[in-house]
Parts: sequence; structure tokens; C-alpha cells
Amino acid sequence: MIKVLYFAWVRERVGVPYEIVETQSRTVMELVEELKQKERRYEVAFSDLSAIKVAINQELCDFDTKLTGATEIAFFPPMTGG
Amino acid sequence: MRISVQLNDFDIGKELKFFNNDDTNIGAVVSFHGIVRNNYEKSLLHMDIEQYPGMTQKAISNYVEIAVERWSLYDALVIHRHGKLLLGDQIMMVATAARHRRDAFQSAEFLMDYLKSRAPFWKKEVTKDGYQWVKSVLDDESALERWT
Repeated sequence: MIKVLYFAWVRERVGVPYEIVETQSRTVMELVEELKQKERRYEVAFSDLSAIKVAINQELCDFDTKLTGATEIAFFPPMTGG
Repeated sequence: MRISVQLNDFDIGKELKFFNNDDTNIGAVVSFHGIVRNNYEKSLLHMDIEQYPGMTQKAISNYVEIAVERWSLYDALVIHRHGKLLLGDQIMMVATAARHRRDAFQSAEFLMDYLKSRAPFWKKEVTKDGYQWVKSVLDDESALERWT
């Protein structure tokens, strides 16, 4: 089980701030594909992956990163702090 | 070193006084603070800043540690607000203390560059017609290249 979090417009498109997901996916990309097949709102949220960043256990990573040891995974647009 | 992610405003004068009070090695302090400005259409009502609570502190600490090491800082301070902010409100501040000004200036710029595109904050501009998420600028991303 992985806690999946969404922020900013990714959160708005998915419709929830976080959810607990049961998955057999081995990489971030596989999880994204799995979600996209589940419901239309994920397809909308993940339509352009170049506009989305990902963090595993609160550290930035890539879409091909393995989910081994992941307890928390977050999807969000590029940061705009400062 | 102090890192604070907070809803409330901060007093720059007090922060700097506390920051620069006892280490006699410090010869230079640089501080920067960001303010909520209006958009080009002058229609901004307020700004909402969203954050990823578990990650913000961790990400900022990481870059502060790098800065302290790289520029031999004696102290560093980062304050970043989240939640609803009005025009003219202070959004964030960075301060660095070093023996010489060059290190203080460079480390403050380094921290600003990384805060802008690596700390998990997202700005939303609310206007009378609705709202929009602030888009990241390519310049902010390429600004990081000069530090590698």
C-alpha cells in the first residue's frame, strides 16, 4: 500500500488531496499508467507528464524510479515558491 | 540555522537582530525578502500558497546545509509563508551570515534559486475573474545550472 498525494492543479484534476493505493506496479511510470486506466480523471491529470514532477518518500525522483521501499509518492507541477 | 514554514507574517528587523547577535566571526549579512506584487493586468485580489508539508522543511534544510558547507556560513535563515497572502505582504525571507560579503551574497542567491524551483510550494493567483496557478519559468530552472 502506498499513500499517493497530489498538489496544486494535479490535485484539482484528480479530485482528492491523497489516497491509499494498492498496487503491483514496479515503477512510477507503471503506477501512472495503472491510474490512467482506472478512471478518466487520472488521464486528464497525467496527460502531459513533462509538466509533472514526482517525489518518493518526500524526495524528488524520476518517472522510471522503482517503487521499492516507497511508502509515499507525490505528484505535482513544477514548484513556484520564493 | 533556522528554517520556518509558517502562516503568519514575520518581522525582518527582529529576525536579523536575533540572527546576527553573538558570533564575532561574522563580517557580512545578506538578507532578501520577497513580496506579493500585482499581476500585469493589476487584477490580483490575493495569492494562495500551497505546500507539501512533509517535504518543505526537508527540502529547504537540505539546501541550507549545502550552502553552509559550500560558503562556510556562520548562520543561515529561511522563512517561507503559505496560505492566503495579500498584495504587498511578505512571502519569504532568506538571510546568510559569512565572514566576507561575497560568500554571503552568493549563498543567499543560491538559496533563493533553489527555493524558487526545488522547494514544494505552489502559488495561485486569485483575481475577480477566477484564479490561475502561477507557471514556472524556464529562467528559474536554468538559474540552477550556474551552481552545478
